[in-house]
Amino acid sequence: MSVRWRRADELCADQPRADQGSAAQPHAARRPRADQLAAERPAPAPPSAPSFGAFVAAASAAGHLVVQPRMGFSDPAVMRLGLQRTKYAAARAVGTITLDSYTRLGEHAAARRALAAGDRLNGYPIVDHRLQDTRAMLDGIVDATFPVQVRHGSARPERIIRAVAAAGLDATEGGPVSYCLPYGRTPLSESIDCWARSCELLADLVPPPRLPHVETFGGCLLGQLCPPGLLVALSLLEGLFFTQHGIASVSLSYAQQTDPVQDEHAIRALRRLAAEFLPPEVDLHVVVYTYMGVFPASDRGARRLLEESARLAVRAGAQRLIVKTAAESRRIPTIEENVRALEWAGATAAAEAGPVPAPARPVDGDAGRDDPDDAHAVYDEARAFVEAVLDLDADVGRALLAAFGRGYLDVPYCLHPDNAGRSRSTLDGGGRLRWSAVGAMPVRPARIPGPGRPEMSSDQLLKALRAVADKFDH
Amino acid sequence: MRTVDGKGNIIVAEPGLKVLIAGGASDAHTWNLVYLELLLQEAGHRTVNIGPCVSGDLLAAECRRHKPDLVAVGTVNGHGHRDGLEMIAALRADPALAGLPAVIGGKLDVAGVVDADEVARLIAAGYRAVFADGDTAAFLELLAALAGGRVPERAPERAR
Repeated sequence: MSVRWRRADELCADQPRADQGSAAQPHAARRPRADQLAAERPAPAPPSAPSFGAFVAAASAAGHLVVQPRMGFSDPAVMRLGLQRTKYAAARAVGTITLDSYTRLGEHAAARRALAAGDRLNGYPIVDHRLQDTRAMLDGIVDATFPVQVRHGSARPERIIRAVAAAGLDATEGGPVSYCLPYGRTPLSESIDCWARSCELLADLVPPPRLPHVETFGGCLLGQLCPPGLLVALSLLEGLFFTQHGIASVSLSYAQQTDPVQDEHAIRALRRLAAEFLPPEVDLHVVVYTYMGVFPASDRGARRLLEESARLAVRAGAQRLIVKTAAESRRIPTIEENVRALEWAGATAAAEAGPVPAPARPVDGDAGRDDPDDAHAVYDEARAFVEAVLDLDADVGRALLAAFGRGYLDVPYCLHPDNAGRSRSTLDGGGRLRWSAVGAMPVRPARIPGPGRPEMSSDQLLKALRAVADKFDH
Repeated sequence: MRTVDGKGNIIVAEPGLKVLIAGGASDAHTWNLVYLELLLQEAGHRTVNIGPCVSGDLLAAECRRHKPDLVAVGTVNGHGHRDGLEMIAALRADPALAGLPAVIGGKLDVAGVVDADEVARLIAAGYRAVFADGDTAAFLELLAALAGGRVPERAPERAR
């Protein structure tokens, strides 16, 4: 373990990086930034604050689906208002602070210049706002009834993690694969080391009784056109990675795809694999993302897609849902639009919910009821991925790196230099995601009847990317 | 492609153009680049897709390595105009790449609007053509012309 720590530490150290340009240094001395204060001043824990995971577990036991927005504003006053409105929405909601893209890329000089100039960023720059401002922003908002999660997208999140802990927060999201492959060119090996270090940092910097929580982004990846077996496997493997690096409370994500039945099988498969592969003492829940691809343009279409995701989450036994809004296809949504989406999703979930809430880990015989052919197909495929990866190394990080190197894991249409790029997916006649080419992956391509398949043409690609939006706008 | 040289030798070359596809430094979007790759392959060209977030220096290094016939810069979600200028400057700064044709297309600024001044600056900096988002027909036309050896003298003005 100590070897991994040193390696990760060197890679993540706060040195200006070649790809950040030369403007990264001069600012730091002027005022202490949030991440630098983390070690010296432990944040005062809110009174009797439960962990993010415990809040979700309690809501779930009471029969509520927890709902959550995607929301981030650069101005602390607006961010505070957004969290406040989320907190008092008529739904069982948790809060989100989404960070800006300068912070995601580690371009802190650019973030500070923008703040100094009063420019609006596309999220909350938690590293570069003064710690006292962030604490004031959260004061009276974060408490036992309202946990807040930080979402960022960084492959090298160490500074972010320090700032999160310093602010008194303890929940975040991402993963060594899912925050690396879709977002640029950071080498996978570097992302794995940085994420190992960052999980260990979070575990160290968040004092008991608070329990640090990390959610996988592996159930989403590029957002579209990845067959569910691979999404489920990567979500599970990233969760396992977190637990190997000191995180005792995790959530496993799955992003709504093209077909509600296939999605239900996928979420059930994820829960079953979690029960089989994650340590039983780890706090666990499953989170569904409302569709992350091209969104319906009409308000009605967007609302119906949101409703379908809420029903999916309840039906398949997930405990939390991250929503999208009616404005999604046009612009960054307002606070009001987010609150409406939370309340709509919460009401839809309540109407769908049965009398007995689902546990995160399924009981026997809960792996899919209808359509027996497909019910086990997602599970079998995901399990084949998971086993192929874990056979490579007992350390999940090293196993993931080896698996991508050999093409056992190969995200379709992902152009990252460390992705083999030999797999291809397509939509079958019924609208479900299938493999048309598998490269070196331990699964079989689908036998898809009909002419013109399995190779996806440029025209079919555009249609496939728009398939969900078109279906719901219709 | 088969051609006969002056001495009567038959020269067999790989078909189509070898096109290097790249996204701008500030743009992490990739579906547009995947689409371009499929489109070019269907039109009979060969592709090297180096993906998103490509700086000028990286672009030049990849061009020296892959020796493409053409560079296609695609951008939809970043500061495409600024990225595009940096990328073409890096190519033109290298004598080995100074004559390599390059084109750029997509949404060239954050608002998705292409103005004539921006197009003129990109052309002046060395791009052979600037394509508005979705104008694939004009792009394929230019490629066909390049592949046939009939290189247009001036860039088509498509982007208004």
